[in-house]
Amino acid sequence: MSVLQHDGHNTLSWWSWVALLLGAILMLGPFYFMFVFATLPRTEIFSVPPPLFFGDHFFANMAILMQKIPFWINLGWSLYVGLASTALTLLFCSMAGFAFALYEFRFKNALFSLVMGTMLVPAFLGMIPTFLIMDALHWIDQPRALYLPGAAPAMGIFLMRQYIASAIPKELVEAARMDGCGELRIYWSVVVPLLGPAFGTLGLIAFIASWNNFIGPLVVMRSVEMYTFPLALRSVQSPVDTEWGALMAGSAIAVIPLLIIFIFSSRRLIDGLTSGAVRG
Amino acid sequence: MKPIIQPNIAPYVLISPFIILFLAFGLFPILFSFVLMFHTWDPVQGLASMQFVGLENLTFAVEDPLVWTSLGNTLWLAIASGLPQHLIAIPLAYLINEKLGRWRNAVMGAYFLPYITSTVAIAMMFSTLFSTDYGMVNAMLSKLAQTTWFQYVLPSTNVDWLGDPKTIKPIVAFVVFWRYLGFNVILYVAAMQAISRDQYEAARMDGAKSFQQFWYITLPQLKPIMFFGVTLTIIGGLQLFEEPFILTGGKGGMEYAGMTTAMYMYRTAFDYNDYGLASAISWMLFIFILAMTLLTNKAFKGKEGQV
Repeated sequence: MSVLQHDGHNTLSWWSWVALLLGAILMLGPFYFMFVFATLPRTEIFSVPPPLFFGDHFFANMAILMQKIPFWINLGWSLYVGLASTALTLLFCSMAGFAFALYEFRFKNALFSLVMGTMLVPAFLGMIPTFLIMDALHWIDQPRALYLPGAAPAMGIFLMRQYIASAIPKELVEAARMDGCGELRIYWSVVVPLLGPAFGTLGLIAFIASWNNFIGPLVVMRSVEMYTFPLALRSVQSPVDTEWGALMAGSAIAVIPLLIIFIFSSRRLIDGLTSGAVRG
Repeated sequence: MKPIIQPNIAPYVLISPFIILFLAFGLFPILFSFVLMFHTWDPVQGLASMQFVGLENLTFAVEDPLVWTSLGNTLWLAIASGLPQHLIAIPLAYLINEKLGRWRNAVMGAYFLPYITSTVAIAMMFSTLFSTDYGMVNAMLSKLAQTTWFQYVLPSTNVDWLGDPKTIKPIVAFVVFWRYLGFNVILYVAAMQAISRDQYEAARMDGAKSFQQFWYITLPQLKPIMFFGVTLTIIGGLQLFEEPFILTGGKGGMEYAGMTTAMYMYRTAFDYNDYGLASAISWMLFIFILAMTLLTNKAFKGKEGQV
């Protein structure tokens, strides 16, 4: 059953309403202030009493931000890496998911355990050797160092396997084979066109993960012109004299695409992100 | 026309991208990291100058007091951010699941939003809110401190939240708690939906109040997902890097009070160029996480024995 189906019926006592409301304010409040601060000059952000409403300083803040970092270039790299990583993730995960869902082959179970096992390996263990490997490959400051290594995530393969096993009947694949379709043709012309919903969910997850990725670019991107947006944003922060208004404007820009995605597809995202955990 | 790829080898071809990426960027780095732990080299000359030094890096790491400070910080942060996540997420999930009708998706969305947001943006936002001079938190506290109720409890001067070693850890823990609460809420809501409605009906017939239903029906059946969720939280919490890294400006804060082991490993490698030592630290952290996970496992198994 989906997390989002509801069968609630009891009535809510007043204190639970208060608790839920306070909680929601605590969760959403910081976002509200981020947007408010993005529209205020630095001097007004830190005034007493604190500002509660939007100002008219957003474009001035953006101008300051653009002086500090090559804004469009950084944003462009974030978009480029995000799209490349999404495309590769969809391709590789659907291929592997197809194999695990509809083929019988030697070592199938062992290989699937290996896929799931990669989820347990903590990421920090690979951080230093990954940097040295990228350095040796001359991939430092290359976007492919960001989108290639993680392009076949276990969670994506799992999602795809589950979806293909439930949505694509074995008979369909066998019928195509009878008609003389090669295996890759079956994958491309029979399976892929039926994967729309799964592609939607996994695509969103992959894009968001890449868009938010901080440690990856922190390790392999060394020049400001190659920074992805979060990394560039971090470089604006300084021990003294931080331009808070500009920083908040930048943070708002980093968050707005996610907010839009979330408003239109929160059901799909929540289901996708928790499906592995709950059903697996 | 005969297809190029036969059905019997097709699955291997389809899985090959995963296999190649796993070998090159998953397995190899970890083996390499293990080798690095026993070596030292001149970063300028590169890996060609690599020299075997045996256990030198490991003994150095074990004798480095900052490694232990960072491990202590990491454990503190993992517990202080992780425990409340579950203690609050479980009753919250119960409220959402049992009592909310029309609003439930909106409420779950609100709690889930921080989880999918950029850590950098979040950390920047909290840096602003907790800023020393006139950050919003200080401004509100100073307002409250002028009222009769709070004037003896609250500090009369501004708190340097992110600069004071006493407050930096609670703030980092709070930000982490804030970010991951919604994920756990949804995990528990999903688990609660798997519990059959009949049991609640029967309990209600017998006159069980809402709290009794929660305590005697819901809670015991959440144990498996609790074990899963707590394990995830511990493994994630002990790897904590991004939030403290950004909130302390990458340095770890005053007296290194906000420096986690993953951060110290990063600094050892990229600020001090000692990759061998950094690898040794990463393996120490790995062993530490393994031990803590086994301990949790044992705690949960032990409890099951009692019930």
